[in-house]
Amino acid sequence: MKDDITREDRVDALGGMGCKRKRVEDARFTQGKGNYVDDIKLPGMLFGDFVRSPYAHARITSINKEAALAIDGVVAVLTAEDLAPLGLHWMPTLAGDKQMVLADGKVLFQGQEVAFIVAKDRYVAADAVEMLDVQYEELPVITDPYEALQSDVVLREDLDTNVPGAHGPRKHHNHIFTWEVGDEPATNQVMDDAEVVAEESMYYHRTHPCPLETCGSVASMDKINGKLTLWGTFQAPHVVRTVASMLSGIEEHNIRVVSPDIGGGFGNKVGVYPGYICSIVASIVTGKPVKWVEDRMENLMSTAFARDYWMKGKISATKDGKITGLHCHVTADHGAFDACADPTKFPAGFMNICTGSYDIPVAYLGVDGVYTNKAPGGVSYRCSFRVTEAVYFIERMIEVLAIKLNMDSAELRRINFIRKDQFPYKAALGWEYDSGDYHTAWDKALKAVDYDGLRAEQAQRVEDFKAGKTRKLMGVGLSFFTEIVGAGPVKNCDILGMGMFDSCEIRIHPTGSAIARLGTISQGQGHATTFAQILATEIGLPADSITIEEGDTDTAPYGLGTYGSRSTPVAGAATALAGRKIRAKAQMIAAYLLEVHDSDVEFDVDRFTVKGAPEKFKTMKEIAYAAYNQAIPGLEPGLEAVSYYDPPNMTYPFGAYVCVMDVDVDTGVTDIRRFYALDDCGTRINPMIIDGQIHGGLTEALAVALGQEIAYDKQGNVKTGTLMDFFLPTAWEVPNYETDFTVTPSPHHPIGAKGVGESPHVGGVPCFSNAVNDAFRAFGLTHTNMPHDHWRIWKTANALGLHD
Amino acid sequence: MIPAAFEYYRPTDMDGVLAILAEHGDDARVLAGGHSLIPMMKLRMAEVPHLIDLQDVGGLKGITVEGGTIRLGAMTTQTEIIGSDTLTAAAPILREASLQIADPQVRYMGTIGGNVANGDPGNDMPGLMQCLDATFHLIGPDGTRYVAARDFYEAAYMTDREDDEVLTAVSFDQPVGGYAYEKQKRKIGDYATAAAAVQIVKEGGKCTSASIAMTNLSDTPIYSQEAGAALVGTVVDDAAMDAAVAAMLGDIDPTEDNRGPIEFKRHVASLILRRAIARAWSRA
Repeated sequence: MKDDITREDRVDALGGMGCKRKRVEDARFTQGKGNYVDDIKLPGMLFGDFVRSPYAHARITSINKEAALAIDGVVAVLTAEDLAPLGLHWMPTLAGDKQMVLADGKVLFQGQEVAFIVAKDRYVAADAVEMLDVQYEELPVITDPYEALQSDVVLREDLDTNVPGAHGPRKHHNHIFTWEVGDEPATNQVMDDAEVVAEESMYYHRTHPCPLETCGSVASMDKINGKLTLWGTFQAPHVVRTVASMLSGIEEHNIRVVSPDIGGGFGNKVGVYPGYICSIVASIVTGKPVKWVEDRMENLMSTAFARDYWMKGKISATKDGKITGLHCHVTADHGAFDACADPTKFPAGFMNICTGSYDIPVAYLGVDGVYTNKAPGGVSYRCSFRVTEAVYFIERMIEVLAIKLNMDSAELRRINFIRKDQFPYKAALGWEYDSGDYHTAWDKALKAVDYDGLRAEQAQRVEDFKAGKTRKLMGVGLSFFTEIVGAGPVKNCDILGMGMFDSCEIRIHPTGSAIARLGTISQGQGHATTFAQILATEIGLPADSITIEEGDTDTAPYGLGTYGSRSTPVAGAATALAGRKIRAKAQMIAAYLLEVHDSDVEFDVDRFTVKGAPEKFKTMKEIAYAAYNQAIPGLEPGLEAVSYYDPPNMTYPFGAYVCVMDVDVDTGVTDIRRFYALDDCGTRINPMIIDGQIHGGLTEALAVALGQEIAYDKQGNVKTGTLMDFFLPTAWEVPNYETDFTVTPSPHHPIGAKGVGESPHVGGVPCFSNAVNDAFRAFGLTHTNMPHDHWRIWKTANALGLHD
Repeated sequence: MIPAAFEYYRPTDMDGVLAILAEHGDDARVLAGGHSLIPMMKLRMAEVPHLIDLQDVGGLKGITVEGGTIRLGAMTTQTEIIGSDTLTAAAPILREASLQIADPQVRYMGTIGGNVANGDPGNDMPGLMQCLDATFHLIGPDGTRYVAARDFYEAAYMTDREDDEVLTAVSFDQPVGGYAYEKQKRKIGDYATAAAAVQIVKEGGKCTSASIAMTNLSDTPIYSQEAGAALVGTVVDDAAMDAAVAAMLGDIDPTEDNRGPIEFKRHVASLILRRAIARAWSRA
């Protein structure tokens, strides 16, 4: 062993924060050794499958189980009637509404769960699904929220319009809530007085997170010891345990919920689905384990969608481009049940971050939630709660205003950014931004892409197009986004009453390795890699010697789960603080071993040294051993710590993106020539994982902007129920991404980290969309809605007379 | 996405295949690459109580170019088509078209026979075979008969093949002149919004023959004889191109779907055909 080991060598040996540690998860994922819900097989396990409604709105006149039950291998057929005695035919949603577990007298969307067939295997179950005789009487279908608010047709007959909903009074039988933030009279006054006002209506279409692994669960009720075990695709396993206990009456200590490996979530696996409930009931009824796993079509048709926001905006400014006010109204299509996954007090999530990265003195946001005959949901697809909608809205409004002012939109952004010296910045709609340096990031981005050169090239392209030399236009898409992640402070953020803290529990083993358990659950984010890095730096043991475990409620401390980029801001903070508790005890042990006073030793990478005498030290490995083999006066044996972290504020990552795109006006085909993404997520834990997250989030942004939608026809039939029509990009459709960064740490987070997984999606969608819109700006286009697929781009070009 | 129960057969010769077909009639189907049939079975759009896997049947694979005739065994995969230098030298349009079918994983499994026999209007090979005026070889209880690709397709998934027949090969004369297969699609793995197969012969600066077929613009592939005829005798200038496109537009009958409204599809069909003709002409 060499004896000239430097301090740098010791830092490197830890594999701590800031290094590009390879993902420890990938060995099993890339070799097919992951353990997903559908990999779980238990002795005697039965399989459940749903009979789903072919209609978007219909009354059920009869259900005859005879033919289905006659099939060999069918064990049970459950309907709402069977669940009613248990009070489980309806369930509460995360948004304070309730949702049918199985159709109770009527169906409200195509694909709704009508009956649950339990059979000896999934093939028999699927056969029986075909044989169940359900008679329907069709009812008028409403797929448009504006029509819903005018219609006499009552979608939710179970609700009394005169009784306020979870978020206040309801104006109409198809109305869910009105949520208002900001000062509307003052905003209107500013608009009236403004030198310039730009207005735009935009539809952020309905889409779907579409994780590669669909949703599913395995329930196993052990009737001997009264214990229920539930494996499932849960982004929040602890909350699922609490809900399962409340619904079933089984005491919470008798329920064990396990999220095994999860193949992507993106918000789709936050909610509680009828399949989970039905698998539990079926296991209780049959006394056998019951598995339910949906197929791709079921996932797209019935589990939580995202977006579906009809937004009307007004933005006012001086003639020089200084923004004076912002007004936003949203008509939010929530589908048949309000099953949005938002903190309780935020029925439109954090849509009130819609003033974006700009210093806007006065603003107002109003959101009306509406029922329609579409699938329920409204989850945050790779974003914090409704932040993609907010950022898309403001980044489109900036472009619309730039057109009205006849200004360059990069410059318009620059003169309106919140300045570095204004942080912490209190926004007009209530949030307090923790830190930022927008001008630096923007200048770096524009320089990197040679922005002026791009604009010159674009101007030349317009000339060439007009001269008949080319049929391709060039768009330069800009976006500057501010995310709001890390929900959140318990004082204003909860899910079903559970405060949105998170947790970490660390146990150091005698030989200097460790296990840490967290209340979060990775779905591909690489927690086992990055949380070990945080700990390595905090406690001075190598990341490779630290196991990270999540997702088993019997062993992990309570936490609110993983979504909304909250793992690093909340559980990451708990991890650092738990690590510091370990270190505090280690300091006392070290001082005892070195025979000095506690305050005479200091932490140095992987050891405690005597101040002023660095040759006198005890490594963390030695300290760990001492914690278990020595009687240290005044100290309990062992080395463990737990931390529950209630964040004082959200974190506010930001970034600057530029997309250069060619648009063929004849075919509508787009070609992304360049995509530059600068992200500032505060302290960077693992740059390689950050790059991976950015590539993934941008790809999902490209999908949404360029074609990914859940579309319905007038009868409420889903037109995009398979991957033939639902756009899931492959490597072929994805451009090469250039990533870059600045570092502005969060001042209130223990390690200054802000969260990054969702930023690229939030900032990417408007960037791609702005590129398409920008390509047509020289020909008079102000705004065209997403998704920008071929025929819609062609239609835009056609309407502008570019085919004449 | 769970198919109904079915019996699986894996005969080793064609007699074995024909015997099962004779016994079960339209309750039996043969399986080649499975990229059309298996999804349809999973969706229960195709109920196939007796599924006959052709992969162990000898003599169904292979590419031969002999005496100006090209023959492709039905079980020849798209990957094999792409990788065959002999075929690419003799009929380069096959490789150009095959490279536009889905992705490598699909092309490893997908076969020429399955692609043409299923009658799916979205498949690329039927239109291409019509452009090349290919002949389909069908074996049945009474021996082999030959059907022109241009006569084979009746409607979506409806073809001239009888329930007790198996498509064993396609053959066509080695094409001459310039070629192009042009396709617009939304993404990898998608069917065409519109696709065009074009072969053009140029002599003395003029077009002496032209063959044009379109894909996914009707419930069958569309061989547009008049579109080809419009080019013959011309120097393939704008006027000739306009005439060919007009003739093609008279033959197709697209429907609206998520790829766009009818108007857009007709527009793309025009554009794709223009591009295909221009490229084929430049190579002629």
